[in-house]
Amino acid sequence: MTLRERSHTHLAVNPIACDGHGSCAELLPEHIHLDPWGYPVLDPGPVPRHHLRDAKRAVALCPRLALRLERRHAPAPERVA
Amino acid sequence: MAANTAGMPPAAAHAAHLRTFGAEPAVHRRRERAILLEAVAASGLRGRGGAGFPTHRKLVAVAEHRGRRVAVANGTEGEPLSHKDSVLLRHAPHLVIDGLLLAAGAVGADSAALVVSRAMRGLPALRELVDWRAARSRDVELTLHEAPERFVVGEESALVNWLNGGPAKPTITPPRPSERGVRGRPTLVQNAETLAHMALIARFGADWFRQLGTRREPGTLLLTVTGPVRTPGVCEVPLGTTVERVLEMAGGLTAPMGGMLVGGYFGTWVAPLDVADLRVTHDDFGRVGASLGAGTLGVLPAAACPIAETARVMRYLARESAGQCGPCVFGLPALADALGSLARRDHPAQAEAQLRRLAGLVDGRGACALPNGAARLVRSLLTAFPQELERHRGGACCATRRDPAFPVPAPTSDWR
Repeated sequence: MTLRERSHTHLAVNPIACDGHGSCAELLPEHIHLDPWGYPVLDPGPVPRHHLRDAKRAVALCPRLALRLERRHAPAPERVA
Repeated sequence: MAANTAGMPPAAAHAAHLRTFGAEPAVHRRRERAILLEAVAASGLRGRGGAGFPTHRKLVAVAEHRGRRVAVANGTEGEPLSHKDSVLLRHAPHLVIDGLLLAAGAVGADSAALVVSRAMRGLPALRELVDWRAARSRDVELTLHEAPERFVVGEESALVNWLNGGPAKPTITPPRPSERGVRGRPTLVQNAETLAHMALIARFGADWFRQLGTRREPGTLLLTVTGPVRTPGVCEVPLGTTVERVLEMAGGLTAPMGGMLVGGYFGTWVAPLDVADLRVTHDDFGRVGASLGAGTLGVLPAAACPIAETARVMRYLARESAGQCGPCVFGLPALADALGSLARRDHPAQAEAQLRRLAGLVDGRGACALPNGAARLVRSLLTAFPQELERHRGGACCATRRDPAFPVPAPTSDWR
């Protein structure tokens, strides 16, 4: 058995650039909700594949370009034949 | 660290400094730099500014980047409960400057900046002293800078931002200062006390440094003790010393202790029973959910109300927000309001629930550690003082003093 690194895509926000517009939460409600003051609370887990397109739209449409997607590597034990 | 040179003119102070410590080693040639870096690595010295990051690794991180590097001594001491850096700069400024120049040599910097708070006592004497050293520093340009008195000014990116002509507010634009900092150059930022230790290690060696402290956490550190003790102030203790012993060194308690605030105003409350066994190490403090931080031990008198004190501290922290991140800008005042309600026993159960909710909402959602510290302060309050909470829920409070136990600096609007 070999350890193979899996990489996942995660949402991240630049809290200084973010102005609480909230478009991200509208476009990706499964993974982003707004706090009482209108600022995004991001799902810390990886974005599932079938939501990646919507996630990319949310990133592109943020008026402050504060939202981003980043790849994070998590080593996962995987059987390699 | 002995040799109190406070009040002496620069030349006399330097002579006294050299008599006490001997001459500092040169760091001009590559071999000398390597020896110094090795000594710092072997010593196990960790930063004394709060984060406790291994100093050797910080030096290497800056030295690794090409270009003309900059070394910065952070003596701003934004934490109101901490006086160690200003005491150090008043009593052993030459040691700090030695450390700064050595660090500059170690990373190959040709520029060294000592940054202090413009509210610092003894500033005229320090200016004179830095001028005197600067005139005698051949390879490294030494300058003194006087930063605004803000809580977050000492945060690495905020300090660099200010040195670059901006406000003393944190930034999160990559890359990190070690790669691109002051004037776009690889920048080393080290706490003043860390540099003083480095200056001593350069002279006396890693083994000397390791004679005191513990194996995992060697050396000594400066602590600031405040509150009802006979001689509050700054003392130097080996890591691993018990808090009980530190209180003895501060002359002992002059009133019963209700608890202790460690790690500064955005630190952690520790219940009296937990204080008893505590040793001054990163590990021990970590075990009670605290961080050594800037080495502050704020004794709370039993006659004071920890909730009221925390409400005041939170009001201060909210005021000190750089105002850049929504969760901090809105969350910290909301925390202060909830704490105020709880302190006044105004809908206490709701206030308590609100506190827990808000702490979760602000934690980790800003560009710097301020909201994280606020969350930690609140959560530790709720953990350390269950009896006081119980009483407040029932509409009562056992505090017998009204006047504030912890001082809060006067408001300022200056970010430059």
